[in-house]
Amino acid sequence: MIALVLRDTRLATRAGGSAVLALAFFAAVATLVPLGVGADLRLLARVAAGVLWVAAVLAALLSLDRLFQSDFDDGSLDLIALSPLSLEAIATAKIAAHWLTTGLPLTLLSPLLGLMFGLPPQAIGVLALSLLIGTPSVSALGAIGAALTLSIRRGGLILPLLVLPLLVPAVIFGAGAVQAALDGLSNGALLLLAAFSVAVTCVSPFATAACVRLNLAG
Amino acid sequence: MSIAAITVTNLTGIRGQRVLFRGLSFRVAAGQALSLEGPNGAGKTSLLRMIAGFLPSAAGTIALGETSEAEERGRLIGWLGHHDGAKPQLTPREVLTFFAQLYRAEADVAGALAAVGLASLADLPCQYLSAGQKKRLALARLKLSGRAVWLLDEPLAALDADGKKRCGEIIQAHCLYGGIAIAATHEPLGIACERLVLT
Repeated sequence: MIALVLRDTRLATRAGGSAVLALAFFAAVATLVPLGVGADLRLLARVAAGVLWVAAVLAALLSLDRLFQSDFDDGSLDLIALSPLSLEAIATAKIAAHWLTTGLPLTLLSPLLGLMFGLPPQAIGVLALSLLIGTPSVSALGAIGAALTLSIRRGGLILPLLVLPLLVPAVIFGAGAVQAALDGLSNGALLLLAAFSVAVTCVSPFATAACVRLNLAG
Repeated sequence: MSIAAITVTNLTGIRGQRVLFRGLSFRVAAGQALSLEGPNGAGKTSLLRMIAGFLPSAAGTIALGETSEAEERGRLIGWLGHHDGAKPQLTPREVLTFFAQLYRAEADVAGALAAVGLASLADLPCQYLSAGQKKRLALARLKLSGRAVWLLDEPLAALDADGKKRCGEIIQAHCLYGGIAIAATHEPLGIACERLVLT
């Protein structure tokens, strides 16, 4: 299983891999918004959490269609499916590798972008924490969508439509936690986000494996 | 690890409303190779995918030794499919090392590369390999898998004369050690084998 995580990580970070692309997309969107909204720092700080969360989700989705698709297209998925690992373990490894190459780097980059939006240090901490807690759910839910759309041509376009509505709780609680920190309130948004993330990450490997099984038989 | 035989009984294969074969029965014992022949669309690939447990069969049973449950069957199978599974960004050595780890197989990567004549290209990214060289890589991976039952879909396609000879020898060696090989092919494998023609 570790071999699979390492291999997927390596594929994502090699030239032409998705990890750098996702990061660049995240940074580009986050840079574009202040240009559009204007230089009102108070306003920017208010919208920062929402914008950064949405940008992070979109950036992570961008690389999702490669999660199983490239292995499916070149026959690697057949070979991986015949390995001693169960499909559930395979799904878990792929979700982990996706998070390591998108969710984690996005989280690490977010304080810098938060600074660009004029977020106070405490809110930046909450933003990074919310992304750290929440991005695994993006990878986990995205994996289900990626596995489901495997055999569909241009499945990459349907994937966001399937996955984005499911990610609504993550964006609400993630951005909500930062808003609360800005207002000096304490609320349970981070805890709810953690609960959502844990639940989704636990269920996803089974749903993902079922979808892969379906597509291998197709 | 070797198994006594593959036994296929009364197998019916259906793909998208169309019956490919009905009441198909055959047996391949340890040490035997079977050449699966027939025109395009006869169901050779589908039959291989059924044996590997990817496709459900409409009727009939497939048993690998004592094992007949689909996903357990997959654990006994070495697969060489249409597509070669060579990642453009990875080198042949990386591809083989990964699969050897994944299959928990003995990892004589260099030996496997030498056996298919790819030793000098071991560290070149796969995007620079030709179709024939990728097929050789797939063959090396099959050899490394350590599985008892080999299923090969068009193993000779894209290979040159030397590659075809090596492919035959590798299959023959596998059978000599008590393995089983079933190869869907349009050309003779160049080794002693049973033949099964799908129509």
